[in-house]
Amino acid sequence: MAHSPVAINPRWPGGIVAGLVLVLMLGTVCAVAMRAEFQAGLGAADWAAIQFTVSQAFVSAATSCLLAIPVARALARRQFRGRSALITLLGAPFLLPVIVAVLGLVMVFGRNGLLNDALAFLGLPPISIYGFHGVVLAHVFFNMPLVTRLILQGWLSVPSERFRLAASLNAPIGRVIEWPMLRSVLPSAFLVVFLICLTSFVVALTLGGGPKATTVELAIYQAVRFDFDLGRAALLAMVQFGICAIAAIFAWRITSPEASGAGFDRAVQRWDGGAGRDTLVISLATFFLLLPLAMIILRGTSGLLSLQPDIWHAALRSVIVALCSSALCTIMALALALRAGRLVAVTGVLPLASSSLVMGTGLFLVVYPFISPARLALPITMLVNAVLALPFVLRSISPAVSKIETDFGRLGVSLGMSQGIWLWRIVLPRLRGPIGFGAGLAAALSMGDLGVIALFAGDAQETLPLAMYRLMGAYKMEAASGAALLLLTLSFALFWVCDRGGRLNADL
Amino acid sequence: MQKPIILTAATAFALATPAMAETPVLTVLTYDSFTSEWGPGPAVEAAFEETCGCDLQFVGAGDGAALLARLQLEGPSTEADVVLGLDTNLTAVARETDLFAPHGVTAELSLPIAWDDANFLPFDWGYFAFVGNKDFEAPTSLRALADSDIKIVIQDPRSSTPGLGLLMWVQAAYGDDAPALWTDLADNIVTVTPGWSEAYGLFLEGEADAVLSYTTSPAYHLIAEEDDSKMAWSFDEGHYMQVEVAGKVAGTDQPELADKFMAFMVSDAFQSIIPTTNWMYPAVTPADGLPKGFDTLITPAKSLVFSSEEALAIRATALDAWRTALSQ
Repeated sequence: MAHSPVAINPRWPGGIVAGLVLVLMLGTVCAVAMRAEFQAGLGAADWAAIQFTVSQAFVSAATSCLLAIPVARALARRQFRGRSALITLLGAPFLLPVIVAVLGLVMVFGRNGLLNDALAFLGLPPISIYGFHGVVLAHVFFNMPLVTRLILQGWLSVPSERFRLAASLNAPIGRVIEWPMLRSVLPSAFLVVFLICLTSFVVALTLGGGPKATTVELAIYQAVRFDFDLGRAALLAMVQFGICAIAAIFAWRITSPEASGAGFDRAVQRWDGGAGRDTLVISLATFFLLLPLAMIILRGTSGLLSLQPDIWHAALRSVIVALCSSALCTIMALALALRAGRLVAVTGVLPLASSSLVMGTGLFLVVYPFISPARLALPITMLVNAVLALPFVLRSISPAVSKIETDFGRLGVSLGMSQGIWLWRIVLPRLRGPIGFGAGLAAALSMGDLGVIALFAGDAQETLPLAMYRLMGAYKMEAASGAALLLLTLSFALFWVCDRGGRLNADL
Repeated sequence: MQKPIILTAATAFALATPAMAETPVLTVLTYDSFTSEWGPGPAVEAAFEETCGCDLQFVGAGDGAALLARLQLEGPSTEADVVLGLDTNLTAVARETDLFAPHGVTAELSLPIAWDDANFLPFDWGYFAFVGNKDFEAPTSLRALADSDIKIVIQDPRSSTPGLGLLMWVQAAYGDDAPALWTDLADNIVTVTPGWSEAYGLFLEGEADAVLSYTTSPAYHLIAEEDDSKMAWSFDEGHYMQVEVAGKVAGTDQPELADKFMAFMVSDAFQSIIPTTNWMYPAVTPADGLPKGFDTLITPAKSLVFSSEEALAIRATALDAWRTALSQ
């Protein structure tokens, strides 16, 4: 995050947003801590949980990044029918509610899943999904597509003149163009995935196979719910922020600023690369990501019929919450991206490491003395979802904003553009793609998030994920899988509309 | 441009809860699945409002443990008049909060154990059990299960009520030998899930031969789905009980309505709703008896249960033993 050559971007809105995020993240931890009498520090079990949490997050993030590179590269180099649809579809696993994705994975990789059926057919011994590798598998399933999208954006943001120049000079594209690009994109993508996996809890425990797969988030859950030890919950939440800070510092150290320079601002045409290998990579990735989705769709179709009319109210409520929090999130992300700098970088990762249970509890403690929490359930959900989605949207918008500033900032200043004209005529049109992607992601993430709503909601504020969990809790697994399909379809539709809107007339 | 829209929407949502000033409101804090449309909540609300001249409002909060945490967060300023849905593993802590008043109800309870808690009154109960498919050869004890290569899914005692129930079950049946049983059970456990739903879902996907649930679970499949393929495994050591209770909040602003509700809770009108909505045994068997299908369920020869004080006292040690055995 180098200082911009010219100060043409408005900076104060970003300051306000950063302040709000910090208050929400750290203020809620303080609210929880203040309610507690501090007792013991961390026990042996806590340290084991921290160790497991960090190691699984590291391996998951590394694997996701390593696998995403060839996929993104293949997608950047190949043009084929359905490529655009495939890129959109890559967003789907990331948008799934956790438990739905876990069941989808189990239908493919589980004891009774497709893979083991195939192995048995071939006379091979069965494999087990449960254990450290299962946790990594699930996290890769969730996050590899996200990394692919982030890297793909990096690849496509390299001006085509550079590839043309490299091709005409017969220069090694990998070393002079792709490696510097990856150095600027990968560390932050790695950091995002690492932090997502850091707060994982349902996936880690369910597929981890037992208490050795205890994460810090589960320890927090236990502290709040079973021991009502708020001091310990706050302490553990601070541990999560601490790990986040260390990881962020590492990632920023090894990030090199993008050095490709300005071009004519149009997308890539490539002459290099082996078509056969790219096709294989794309096919394998598609297969891995879409098979569990297909199983979820297959299972959910019959359940759709057994849904009660009430589910549509919950669905409508969820869509409204998702749209509002997406709009809020996009505005906040834009304000932050225009400000740039260290403070913004911090606000861009902190929400990823926050424990939604601690944040929810903190908000509850703050709100409760003044107003019935159920009345604020939906507005609070909107706000919290917007803040939780902020890192992803910021990551989508921020590089584009700084690139626009580097490429066109001097021009803007020399022409004496006002901030308004600069934003309206130069920045926003060039941000359509990233904003569309980001807004879609925010909407879909909010759609599928259970997060704080469970702490606040009464009956009148039931959202679709909450309704789905309640169906599962009432033995109605078939209806729940119908609700899951509905949730998947709506999340994906929201994502698709926004993403598509941003990509109209663009080459991505 | 967007902000006014958001504010309007937020205000609209905030005002969406209707204000009912005239009729007295009785607020019952309960767990989510009680108040959901498939739970007992709606029918109970309709039945009570017929007689009470009041507005009964349920506030749902996660599961039993979340319910207690919620109450502890709210403290003495809680708006709840009655808290419904705690179980015997939680009542010792609940009692320590001093937020509960004696319920003052005497009722002929049909529990298999004696009940004399002044603060908490049962509204339903059940036995924990492993539930499997009928065509599967069931083990006859926890020990036989541990020695077999049968695969099971269980819940984490740190985040789930049934999970904690199994921990207590093994403790009640094996005492000091509980860690050894857990060590032998470890290779039977496919995985440990955070909650009941995930475990039951995995079982239905065929990931395990059985799942920790209740002896009454097959009744759901039988009655609601006309599917008789599920059965609970009857174990020689006996089965641990879950007794779900309600208590009157001491600081309630509706003490008479709260008393009325507690008495209503053990009446036929309330109790006959329980079996086919909460899928548990009613605390007082209704005059018409249990619904058809409940007669097919297993009846454990021996009921195991710790008093709430015992349960609280042994929890930490039992949890450590569990974690150690399963972390090998």
